[in-house]
Amino acid sequence: MTVMSVAFRIARRELRGGIKGFYVFLGCLALGVAAIAAVGSVRMAISEGLSREGRSILGGDAEISITYRFAEDDELAWMRARGAAVSGIADFRSMAVTLGEDGLPDRALTQVKGVDAAYPLYGTLTLSGGLTAAQALGLQDGRWGVAMQRALIDRLGLEIGDPVRLGAAEYDLRAEILAEPDAAAGGFGFGPRTLVMTDGLAPSGLLAPGTLFDSRYRLVLPDDTDLEVMKAELAAAFPAAGMRWRDRRNGAPGLQTFVDRLGAFLVLVGLAALAMGGVGVSAAVRSYLEGKTETIATLKTLGAEGRLIFAVYLIQIAALAALGVGIGLALGAGLPALAGPLLADRLPVPALFTIYAAPLAEAAVYGLLTALIFALWPLAQARELRAARLFRDIAGSERTWPRPTYIIAIGLLAALLVASAVLFSGLWTLALGFAVGVIGALIALRIAAYGVRRAARRLSRVRMVRGRPSLRLALGAVGGPGGETPGVILSLGLGLAVLAAVGQIDTNLRDVIGRELPDRAPAFFFVDIQNDQLPGFLTRAKAVDGVGDIATAPMLRGVITKLNGIDADKAPIDPSASWVIRGDRGLTYAETPPTGTIITDGTWWAPDYAGPPLVSFAEEEGRELGLNIGDTVTVSVLGRELTATVASFRVVEFRDMGINFLMLMNPTALVGAPHTHIATVHADAGAEGALLRAVAGDYPNITAIAVREAVEQVSGALKDLASATRWGASVTLMTGLVVLIGAAAAGERRRVHEAAVLKTLGMTRPAILASFALRSAMLGAAAGAVAIGAGALAGWAVIEKVMEASYVFAPLPAVLIVLGGAAASLLAGLAFAWRPLSARPAQVLRANE
Amino acid sequence: MTEATQAAAPAIEMTGVELTLSSNAGRVEILRGVDLSVARGETVGIVGPSGSGKSSLLMLMGGLERATGGSVLAMGHDLTAMNEDALARFRRSHMGVVFQSFHLIPTMTALENVATPLELRGDPDAFGRAAEELAAVGLAARASHYPAQLSGGEQQRVALARAAATRPAILLADEPTGNLDGATGEVIMDLLLGLRDRHGATLIMVTHAPELAARCDRVVKVADGRIEDDGRARQAAE
Repeated sequence: MTVMSVAFRIARRELRGGIKGFYVFLGCLALGVAAIAAVGSVRMAISEGLSREGRSILGGDAEISITYRFAEDDELAWMRARGAAVSGIADFRSMAVTLGEDGLPDRALTQVKGVDAAYPLYGTLTLSGGLTAAQALGLQDGRWGVAMQRALIDRLGLEIGDPVRLGAAEYDLRAEILAEPDAAAGGFGFGPRTLVMTDGLAPSGLLAPGTLFDSRYRLVLPDDTDLEVMKAELAAAFPAAGMRWRDRRNGAPGLQTFVDRLGAFLVLVGLAALAMGGVGVSAAVRSYLEGKTETIATLKTLGAEGRLIFAVYLIQIAALAALGVGIGLALGAGLPALAGPLLADRLPVPALFTIYAAPLAEAAVYGLLTALIFALWPLAQARELRAARLFRDIAGSERTWPRPTYIIAIGLLAALLVASAVLFSGLWTLALGFAVGVIGALIALRIAAYGVRRAARRLSRVRMVRGRPSLRLALGAVGGPGGETPGVILSLGLGLAVLAAVGQIDTNLRDVIGRELPDRAPAFFFVDIQNDQLPGFLTRAKAVDGVGDIATAPMLRGVITKLNGIDADKAPIDPSASWVIRGDRGLTYAETPPTGTIITDGTWWAPDYAGPPLVSFAEEEGRELGLNIGDTVTVSVLGRELTATVASFRVVEFRDMGINFLMLMNPTALVGAPHTHIATVHADAGAEGALLRAVAGDYPNITAIAVREAVEQVSGALKDLASATRWGASVTLMTGLVVLIGAAAAGERRRVHEAAVLKTLGMTRPAILASFALRSAMLGAAAGAVAIGAGALAGWAVIEKVMEASYVFAPLPAVLIVLGGAAASLLAGLAFAWRPLSARPAQVLRANE
Repeated sequence: MTEATQAAAPAIEMTGVELTLSSNAGRVEILRGVDLSVARGETVGIVGPSGSGKSSLLMLMGGLERATGGSVLAMGHDLTAMNEDALARFRRSHMGVVFQSFHLIPTMTALENVATPLELRGDPDAFGRAAEELAAVGLAARASHYPAQLSGGEQQRVALARAAATRPAILLADEPTGNLDGATGEVIMDLLLGLRDRHGATLIMVTHAPELAARCDRVVKVADGRIEDDGRARQAAE
């Protein structure tokens, strides 16, 4: 009979006792696995939804977009030759204006979409009153109509039927937009949506040459069209046109990337929960094996070898781990599927909720690996215990190191787990950083637990503590052998460390946006100032009381198409700069370096320079693109390709919110290119209204972006991100609490005994309770203190390295973490103090005889 | 009871004591009307077969168990009228208890275990006296060892030192040698009786071993929850 078959039979007999004592083990695994499976399932549901609805999200089977202009006739002809239908839209931001109750104009920023009669090619536009696009937007009695989102209607205090101005023209608000099929494709927009017919925009003057707008052409294509071939044909037909291609395969790439990244990040947070659950797994396995000391000793006495003992208990732990993972998968797959109909309505994107195998498999791999990694150590230790010692000693009083083979196996499994996380998440640096963080935190916490024990031990011998039995007992319990100290500090500490990190990141982000910026930031950005409007704009703005510095710059937009003659999408660049070449970027020109410019490399051109185009590039982004002085950059501006040589690098601080451009060229390089101007205006809060009225009244085409509103919008998006992270962190904390409760429950028997002995020696219940409370609070506070260190380090890494902002230690969340840790530990300790305090000493002590 | 009568009262006075415990198997009558008086300074051995109720009797004397009927007076104080905390304070002042399984606190060293009852009494020199007590049982060198690092005999000696540290009027011992080999048991017994002799305490001891019981002034026999023989007749005869 093989060792394994004997092991299986013994394991089966052992498991007859049921899963009592394994609730914490199962809870820890199930929670972590459920969180990861649920996040993965939701992410998959959105991905599937996006992919299935790809063509309606995109608004066509393929979309060709151009910045600054509409398609030329030959370009349109190319599209019409291939598409069964073509629909064009114009997308830009503008100001919607109405007369307020006080008779003064009321303005709000809006993202305008000009559509044609064919819109939408796919999906359904739903407007209030059951109106069609033609009814709501078309020309009626000489007036064009618009439809707006509720937020904008409310912001301007409009009613359906009210007039509203866009640029120089007036429109009738005929409907509210209830559902816009291609809403998700646009990505981040400024302000709520206004829909209007593109033809109806002519009198507004908002699409004048040089104005910032995107035109997008959607095509209906036969199902068998080879989209990749067609994309290549377009690039070949109009190589310098600066056209961008998207198709139904990935209708909302920005959104897909965002969902993928957020999902991957949340899975990593889920992994932290699982790692912490591992602490509970380890404690549960250890406690189970301690309870099995006699059985193991007996088996060894009867001739069982170490490897049989190892196999017997490995089989049992594996079976229980499979059960825990199974429960987690059922929860993680079931909850999103059940909540799907509810969630689908709330999500701004289409989602297809069902049970997906891939995220479940990922969660199962994580769960099983975690269980194995954390269970192997105590299992390997059990194998090393000698029968004679087991009979003689109190179980667990002496622990041996596992054999090197097992330590290597644990290391390999941990590496496999990290590799899986890297592979599944696709976020190399983040996943690796996260793994290093979690492992580092676990090691730091283990060292801290050792330190706390030593310190408590030492303190319990200090003369001052003598004569204070509650305190000395508490210190003795924290510092004494075989206590709860390592388990509690590890489990609570890791949970609190994740929370502390979230707290530090959250506070720092709020500080960067909410406090640092507005001190330096201008009140308004004005964009689309036409050349002939600039002098008038400046005169009017300067005349307003409370207006301070005004800076202006010519503004164009262009797409970087080549770097040193190599197609930009094929050029070897640092991935963190990929955003630079993804879309169109701001571009300006200047004779002399603008005030405050710091040239870090190269030289500025002479004021009268008239040679081949030169460009001064933003230092950091330029270097990330692999550029050096003398290299060339090809930019497509309004369909014309322009190749400039890099003459210098500048420091660009985007956080300053001043006028900053990635690329700054010599004036003659851009001569003749139609362009507008951008202006930043610093103004007192009280002067903002007057400034808007002074400028916007005469120049309705100029769009004012209130920096405060923009910041609020960005803050709002960050808040959503922070709350998603907080949800993730709460799973971590919940697992921490399960482990904590497990540790407290495991310590209950010992406390019952201790309380009985102390009562026998004459200690009253309040004194015993005080001692229990003290030790719990001490452990919690110690875990909290370590968590602050780990959290601050993680916060620093995320803020400085990922967000590239400056990190400042936030004391308030840190204090809250320590207090929270102490309180959580105290509550868990007190919850398990009832039985020790109420049990009769005689019964307890005799049960131990 | 006035202070004067308390001062003259026997160490233990049990009248009509009953103890019924509920278990999964139903109610079990452990003691069925026990009357027993132990004079101050007396040493009493309680013997009887397993399950006869002798340990329960001892637990009731120590206020570690609560009688379901009758009264238990210790040094003239009615234990049945006291709550848990009052009982704890009473033991702190008047009693020392030794168990078969030692019941040392595993997170404390030998010295700390012995010092604890002294600290609870507010003794300013708890550790000094604890060290003396440990020396008296021959364990001065093991003061900083944890229970898990001590042998069974050594653990029981620490338990003895702990029980005697407060100079209690009553020493209760529940099979103090039950977990030890014969020779070690003898040593413990010598120490126990020596402590009793030195401090003049009342010693009440439950034991299975007739030879240990024989070393007491009186032997009480318990059977089936009742006192079968309170040993007075034999004591008178001797």
